[in-house]
Amino acid sequence: MQVVVINYDKIGLKVGLEIHQQLSSEKKLFCNCKTELFKGEPETTFLRRLRPTQSELGQIDPAAFFEFQKGTQVLYEIERETSCLVEMDEEPPHNLNPEALKAALTISLMLNAEPVDEIHIMRKIVIDGSNTTGFQRTSIVSLGGVAEILGKSVSIQHVGLEEDAARKMGEDSRVLKYRIDRLCIPLVEIATSPVIKTPQQAQEVAFAVGRILRATNMVKRGLGTIRQDLNISIRDGALVEIKGVQELELISLVIENEAQRQLSLLRIRDELRRRNVKENEIGDDFVDVTSVFDNTKCKVVKAAIKDGKKVYAVRLPKFSGFLKEELTPGLRLGTEMADRARFWGHCGGIFHTDELPAYSITKEEVESLRLIMDAKEDDAVVFVAEETENAWDALKAVTLRAREALAKVPEETRTAKPDGTTRYMRPRPGAARMYPETDIPPIQISAEYLRNLRKNLPELPEKKMQRLTRDYKLNRKLAREILDSEFIKLFEEIVNQSKVSPTFAIVFLTETLKALKRDGIEVEKVSNQQLSELLRQVGAGRIAKEATSDIIVWLSKHKEADVTESIDALGLGMLSLTELQVIIDNTIRENHSLLAARGDKAFGILMGILMKQLRGRVEAKRLSEIVKKKLSKLK
Amino acid sequence: MTEKLLGYKGKALHFLKEVEAEVGDTIRVSKGKGTYEGVLIPRSEFSDGNHVVIKLKNGYNIGILVTQETKIERVGAGQKPTFSTSPLPKQQEELPEVTILSTGGTIASRVDYRTGGVRPALNANDLYSIVPELSEIATIKAEILYTVFSENITPKHWIKLAKEIAKNIKEGVAGIVVAHGTDTIGYTAAALSFALQNIPVPIVLVGSQRSADRPSSDAATNLIGAVTVASKAPFAEVVVAMHRTTSDKAIALHRGTKVRKCHTSRRDAFKSINTLPLAILEDGELRMLTQDYQRRNPKREVIVKPSFNEKVALVKFHPGLNRGVIDWYLDQGYEGIVLEGTGLGHVSSQCFATLRRAIAENCLVAMTSQCIWGRVNMNVYDTGRDLIKIGVIPLGDMLSETALVKIMWVLAQTKSVDEAKKLLAKNVTHEVSDRTVYQDYER
Repeated sequence: MQVVVINYDKIGLKVGLEIHQQLSSEKKLFCNCKTELFKGEPETTFLRRLRPTQSELGQIDPAAFFEFQKGTQVLYEIERETSCLVEMDEEPPHNLNPEALKAALTISLMLNAEPVDEIHIMRKIVIDGSNTTGFQRTSIVSLGGVAEILGKSVSIQHVGLEEDAARKMGEDSRVLKYRIDRLCIPLVEIATSPVIKTPQQAQEVAFAVGRILRATNMVKRGLGTIRQDLNISIRDGALVEIKGVQELELISLVIENEAQRQLSLLRIRDELRRRNVKENEIGDDFVDVTSVFDNTKCKVVKAAIKDGKKVYAVRLPKFSGFLKEELTPGLRLGTEMADRARFWGHCGGIFHTDELPAYSITKEEVESLRLIMDAKEDDAVVFVAEETENAWDALKAVTLRAREALAKVPEETRTAKPDGTTRYMRPRPGAARMYPETDIPPIQISAEYLRNLRKNLPELPEKKMQRLTRDYKLNRKLAREILDSEFIKLFEEIVNQSKVSPTFAIVFLTETLKALKRDGIEVEKVSNQQLSELLRQVGAGRIAKEATSDIIVWLSKHKEADVTESIDALGLGMLSLTELQVIIDNTIRENHSLLAARGDKAFGILMGILMKQLRGRVEAKRLSEIVKKKLSKLK
Repeated sequence: MTEKLLGYKGKALHFLKEVEAEVGDTIRVSKGKGTYEGVLIPRSEFSDGNHVVIKLKNGYNIGILVTQETKIERVGAGQKPTFSTSPLPKQQEELPEVTILSTGGTIASRVDYRTGGVRPALNANDLYSIVPELSEIATIKAEILYTVFSENITPKHWIKLAKEIAKNIKEGVAGIVVAHGTDTIGYTAAALSFALQNIPVPIVLVGSQRSADRPSSDAATNLIGAVTVASKAPFAEVVVAMHRTTSDKAIALHRGTKVRKCHTSRRDAFKSINTLPLAILEDGELRMLTQDYQRRNPKREVIVKPSFNEKVALVKFHPGLNRGVIDWYLDQGYEGIVLEGTGLGHVSSQCFATLRRAIAENCLVAMTSQCIWGRVNMNVYDTGRDLIKIGVIPLGDMLSETALVKIMWVLAQTKSVDEAKKLLAKNVTHEVSDRTVYQDYER
């Protein structure tokens, strides 16, 4: 594939962001469970089926209906601390968590969005099993809004408050596995208008919104607590929704890839048309070709036939060569067809002649396949080894995708992979997926309540940035580092209440802790209170800066221990002036001849010997001052 | 209030009327701070009259406070909020015929804007269109008998229901399914057990704990189970068909006289008390848990005794119960009182005088236990012995709700107190058993 630099302006790129951030409220959105995830084995499980329903306008989501017809079942895993009957859909939801509502409104006001007068909780039909009810409870808290980002304003469509979904733990044939600890954790959703024009800008907006969210101190941190959905389109392309980008750093790459994918699909469309491929020539004539593979060496096909499954094939007229066309790195038109087949046919994948012979499928097998299918040289043949019903569903999905390749870029929902590529997830759901959650009465937001919130809004990140650089005499890089970290609040407390140097505190709270974590130290076990105490002691001159790393290592292994205990345990107490002078005098005496012989270099040698002995018990700067004085007296 | 502006009142109603907007129309609401456009949505009648609810283009509803500065425009006529039902599946003539009688309740309900809650569906065909699988089990005859919340059901409804079932049985159907709200389904099941005896085919009452409008509803699984049982179960008894556990896996068939709703919201709220369920339906297979049941026999003639005496009360004893409560019933001419006593079947000696009065006035007084599980035994303590001496009749391991229904029925079958006592002592339809085995409590 040719890698070319894309002119995003020219291709009419439009991106809208939907940022989903978990709130750090103590309890869940509609019940009083902890907002935590459990590790280890579930306490128990239960099995459900979800049936599509009519909305108030009488329409059914086609993908949802299809899943149901397939007889898909969902196995839910539970544990008592993190879920109750509400998450199990065995008890009606309780009232909306006021702590979460306050957070969502605070965020709204910080983004200059206008809170609605009355919040209506909606049921958004989601029938993939990720919600035990078959819908996600969601609401719009405010509309409009403008985020100021690097001097540009980005308009915000709405701020929503909704429940997080259950975690998918796996899938085997017709049973999906979900864990419901995450279900019902409060999420705010911030949706920008589709006004973002470049991948870079999208990433910057996401970062800036992320900073505003964190500035509230009401949001969770860490992997999986913030997820971005991207709505991407290019001119002549299609609106594609990409779900679940977990790393902010991936956003620009995902958008670049998607723009490239749509461009590639448009190019393939034009080439197919040039080859004079006709939509009505791509038929659903599926042929049982099991006999071709009677003696196959291909393990997958062999195992399927042994299980009583059949091999079905379909001919794609004049498609030869197109299925192996790369759209973005690692993604071919054949991959797109395979993903569709997997979704609709619940099959493991497809085989196609563009990639054969391979996978132990021989040239002879391909030839007899082509013969049975009456395939000409420029035709492609696709086949699957599956139970008849699934095989047909899979091949129907393939031929539909082939016809779409001729017509347009299909509108669809895709899922983001950790490498920045995306894969087909499901068709884009229609708009009629929402109806009112009647178990929760509408919530009115009083003007009085909003006035109070407005008065006490957290400082906006840009303002805070200015204040940090000014008040603590920090450069922008250091200020940014602490601002982006989880310790900004702690930092200000410590620095305002002790004499520790702001620069040291920042380096310690960001780089030192990160480095220790990289080395396998469980720094998250050290509490904020311990961190604070440690830095205060440094400020008070009772702990040497050089000793802080060792103390963190010790604290990480001694839960709830005192910082003073660590000093004693590690023998890192600061030396008094008298103690120091005795040690220095002794050292000079012991090394007297050596020092005398080296003249001017004596200082460096002496410092080396002393630091080896005293690291962590004296500030290097202080030591050098005393040593200098002593040496000058010697002369 | 009109249908066109369902649920609106006060200021909001006034504003909407002024621009002749109707529910379903697209309207634009402008206020100082912004303009909102969307489809006008009905308002719950329990909500205030100061907000207009619209559905935005993205599907969300929001409520907008109407003030003096609010301007509402009607932008265009929209789609009205109606329910379109999918076409009924084709019926296969060779399958057994099952009658579904609908009484209302959650198994046949949809979102209702009138109350902001769920409300029964408009016709029994809804059941069928929502659950097309039924067409592969039986040919369905669906009929709405009434549409009432189950808490509004009275003995008069039982009578009408019993007669309708008898009529259908006589027409030769393979089984009857009664869709019923879960709150009082146990009472109705007990009533039908007494009113319809010697039945040739199963009578299956079914409900749901999650409304049928949601994807996770238990309504469909329960209904499919009920129709399966009605069409092919080997027994001919009145049963309640509901989830056995929280999973959509097995349906428990509880005897109509032994079943009780034991949880406010769980799918498996229904339990057989002091016995195992009659049968379990799992993966389409029906497993009988006892051999002591009445076999299906289409030739058997149903005996219909659909009458109930409503002058019967159920009184739960509690510390400090004022015996005047019981006196009031007697003053009102009540002919039967079921006491839900403590433990083995006790009430305070404070009540003795009133109970003596009741019996002297030919009121039938019987004892059940508020323990729910276990049987009463009034020979163990003095209080029990005193009550027996007074003439209170112990009812063994009968559920207090079943006892209420039974005495209502008994007192409608005979005017003679002696006859009534004889009938009360008789085990008419498995409402009482003479032994309880250990596992009956476990389950």
